[in-house]
Amino acid sequence: MAKITFITTDNESITLEGTSGSVMQLAVDNDIPGIDGDCGGVCSCATCHVHVKPEHMEKTGMASEIENDMLELDDNVNEYSRLCCQLEISDVLDGVELQVAERD
Amino acid sequence: MEKSKLSDPFEKARLEKGFGEMNDQNDPVTMLLRLKDVRKGAHNWKAFQSGAEPGRIVVPSEVNIRDVRQIPFEVDPPEHKSYRDLVEPWFKRPLEDAYKEKLTAQISEIVDEMLSKDTVEVVSGFSLRLQSRALTLLLNTSYEEAETWISWGTHVFRSEGEALDGDKANILYDYIDAQIDKAIDNPGNDLYSKLIASEVNGKKLTKEEIKGVMILTFAGGRDTVINAVTNSIAYFAEHPESLERIKNEPEITGKAVEELIRYFAPLTHMGRVVTKDTQVCEHAVKADARISLCWASANRDASVFENPNEIVLDRKLNPHVSFGFGTHNCLGATHARQIMKILLETLANKVKSIDIIDFKENIEDLDQFERKVGYDSIHVKFNSL
Repeated sequence: MAKITFITTDNESITLEGTSGSVMQLAVDNDIPGIDGDCGGVCSCATCHVHVKPEHMEKTGMASEIENDMLELDDNVNEYSRLCCQLEISDVLDGVELQVAERD
Repeated sequence: MEKSKLSDPFEKARLEKGFGEMNDQNDPVTMLLRLKDVRKGAHNWKAFQSGAEPGRIVVPSEVNIRDVRQIPFEVDPPEHKSYRDLVEPWFKRPLEDAYKEKLTAQISEIVDEMLSKDTVEVVSGFSLRLQSRALTLLLNTSYEEAETWISWGTHVFRSEGEALDGDKANILYDYIDAQIDKAIDNPGNDLYSKLIASEVNGKKLTKEEIKGVMILTFAGGRDTVINAVTNSIAYFAEHPESLERIKNEPEITGKAVEELIRYFAPLTHMGRVVTKDTQVCEHAVKADARISLCWASANRDASVFENPNEIVLDRKLNPHVSFGFGTHNCLGATHARQIMKILLETLANKVKSIDIIDFKENIEDLDQFERKVGYDSIHVKFNSL
């Protein structure tokens, strides 16, 4: 079980609990605004972009090369960017805070 | 296992140079072939514009058959955003449960009909009919309208010889004009009425703008969806084990849809007009020249996709560009994905196997390349579970 907090672009804080699957799916299932997950989680659409709270980067780890290639063309990318379809829910993510990125 | 195969004619050029060259009605096109270059080109709307002369970014060019600007497709930022924001929620309706239920009922009915027949010509007897009926949901118009669209044939812009056909395009334009007038007189809950009642930047949409959105809606999702559906039938005919797998592991359906769409790349490429002298792959391109973003080639880029020429149904990382990339990514993608998802679920639950009887491939002539994009016709027999 992991508690995951999303901060929306309107600065609303929403904490969800998940046990498995991707963080994107958890967000979509709970209608987190700004997380669409159009491609279902295969890293093709970049509609699940979040900024990980800097001190929580240890929990999420860094983006893969394929994920980075998608992110580098996003105007709102920064060093804490991740596509949350690539974050698998596990105990390691417990307590993580994710800021939903603005759209281009 | 060759009948359903779509080979990659771009590999050599992609590896050696990264671009291809195509003459199209004396308006040449430099085709970008590598995934990273295609993405960057799509991202850079300032250097590679869509808001050029209407019809010019389409390859083959439609400048000689169309003056109406397709919206938001042929409009660049910043104007693009207001139009896109206006239509986006409407084009996300396929995610709603009621929409899904109706689409499931439609697809279930037509698959049942196929199962009751001896043989079926898939392009005209299945895919075109399925696509047209599904479009009534996207437009939220009456189911009967589909019969009119079916009667137009498989491509609203092209006749038998694949040449651009102005007469055929006029059938669509005249039809849309009449539908807009009808909706002005009798507003309903359809897309025409929605657009008539809409404002962008405080101003009502003009009839020309409404027509631009409607032409895009009709044209963009016609042969693309037909190719995706027809190619899926051919693939499952040669891979009944994949149907069985989707039945047993329904959780992979979403990934299977993305993978089939990657592999088929129903739209080979889309053009842009260069706004200033620049370079692509160390090759000079001049202002006002055309480039194209070759989705079909990018999707087979071995530097990104493992085993790019194989269909790996549950491919986990699949950054394909079949729906384009960036600002101008496909407006109809949600509808297309929903059609494919429900089609796969329905086939998996009703169809045991499909026998291909005969077929004629649809080969696109891209000058330097020839690409199979689907079938002109393919006769099959559906066998029930």
